[in-house]
Amino acid sequence: MAFAVDLLGRKAKVEDCPSLVSEEKYKANYEKLSEMIGPVGDVTETGLIVHEDKCIGCGNCVVACPVNVANDPLGAGSGKAPSSEKVIFKVEDGVVKARNVQECRRFGENKILCVACIDTCPTKAIEFV
Amino acid sequence: MPLFLFLNVGDDLSEYYVCTGCALLCDDIEVETEDNKLTRVHAACLKGVARMKACSDPMECRVDGEKADIDSAIAKAAAILKNAKNPLIFGHGNSSSQAQKVAIGLARKTGAYIDDTSSFCQGPIVEAIVQDEFKTCTLDDIRHKADVIIFWGADPSNSHPRHLSRYSYFPRGKERQRGWEEDRTAISIDVRKSDTASICKDHRFYQIPMGEDAQFMEALLSALSGKVPKTSFDFDKKRILELANVLKKAKFGVICVGLGLVYSLEELEPLFKLMEKLNEVSNFHIMPMVGQYNMRGFNQNLFAETGYINRLKFNAETGETEHGAKYSVVEALRNRSVDAALVIGSDPLSSLPLSVARYLAEIPLITIDPCQSLTATRSTVTIPCALGGVESGGTAVRMDGVEIELKKIVETDNLSDEEILTRITEAI
Repeated sequence: MAFAVDLLGRKAKVEDCPSLVSEEKYKANYEKLSEMIGPVGDVTETGLIVHEDKCIGCGNCVVACPVNVANDPLGAGSGKAPSSEKVIFKVEDGVVKARNVQECRRFGENKILCVACIDTCPTKAIEFV
Repeated sequence: MPLFLFLNVGDDLSEYYVCTGCALLCDDIEVETEDNKLTRVHAACLKGVARMKACSDPMECRVDGEKADIDSAIAKAAAILKNAKNPLIFGHGNSSSQAQKVAIGLARKTGAYIDDTSSFCQGPIVEAIVQDEFKTCTLDDIRHKADVIIFWGADPSNSHPRHLSRYSYFPRGKERQRGWEEDRTAISIDVRKSDTASICKDHRFYQIPMGEDAQFMEALLSALSGKVPKTSFDFDKKRILELANVLKKAKFGVICVGLGLVYSLEELEPLFKLMEKLNEVSNFHIMPMVGQYNMRGFNQNLFAETGYINRLKFNAETGETEHGAKYSVVEALRNRSVDAALVIGSDPLSSLPLSVARYLAEIPLITIDPCQSLTATRSTVTIPCALGGVESGGTAVRMDGVEIELKKIVETDNLSDEEILTRITEAI
């Protein structure tokens, strides 16, 4: 159970369990688990994934993100292009890029379940895992 | 007259450029270039980036299907227009205001029909706005003041991707400091649950049957007058009354009119009545969701010269104009009343019904465009031009009537559409 929690929290990898990797009887489970956990490999520290194939670069997440508003009130918070390096989202080549994810309200000890970027995305291109 | 401001974007923010992907004309775009090409575009949406990074299939300079130099192409184009009795000059929405003015002069000189895409999209709304029949505002007013925003027959999440984030819903404004969750109410009235409707959430989405917008307006009018709203499609009366209450309490309301609403209304009277009532009980404005980046510019430029925004025919000798539905691009082609056509920055063979557009392929056709298009493949003369806002500058008018300066970002060998049209005019 502890391993499963660490796996979901991205503190451990599937390969960290020796018996899962080496024992034949767990082969099917190992393959299935690798397949399930695979997409999580690209996520940021907060569990944030941007599906770039779905994103249209509307910038709703950039402007709605409370951290962007606080860190860049006259740029991203006012609907304009971000003017601060501390923003979490920025649109480049028509697709949103996540950065500074340690600033996200879902990160750290006092994390909260903020869904501003997910709620405002018209194409469901952002999700947390 | 419409509100007409001038924003000189480039003066103090020399690193910012304007995106010409749609009529929002976002003026906060930063670019990275290498070898005279845009390698990265910052802040623009996918639609804007697709336009700004130039076309994947550039148009070639051709006369009668053979590669030609620009001088012979211009000479041939001039000869076609000179020999035509009733030429058509169409497009304009993707040209700078300067090119549009030259095109209007060319139409006057050749006695041409002149029309643009507003003829079959936002024309009636823009016409009413330039004639001061609708109360309107700027996009900046919406950002700073709007608390109730109605997207009626409009889906800006697809047509104008940055509309909600830059102006209408998500940004903090001077009088909207607490953010979209508390300070703004976005409402979608549409025939389907669009991407924009999903952002407005279910309780602010009013799904109505196709073509019943006028009836829904009547019902809303009743609710605003304290009567029981009735519809033949049995829309929940409580929901209409609830909507009326939200509209009554608005301090600064906006109806963003999309093509869905324009196509649904046989005449604008129901919308005039609704706006009149809304402004009795509250404070509402109209914003046309103009598509092409300078369609409104063409409408305003033609209006300033002739008193009409589109659907015109000039008399070459007297310079007088005739106006009406029969001078629209659709009717002119349907009735086969034109004998040559010049298309600038548009692809009517793709956008018009084939039964109407097919005639274009039967007459001498000239296309001026940076990119290859279906219309170009059937043209007698094709003249590639510089991409507006990227390879050539000028000015354009945003969907709200604010004039924006476009700056050249990279160099090109192609002439701008303004230069090409000037040279054709001179050759005639």
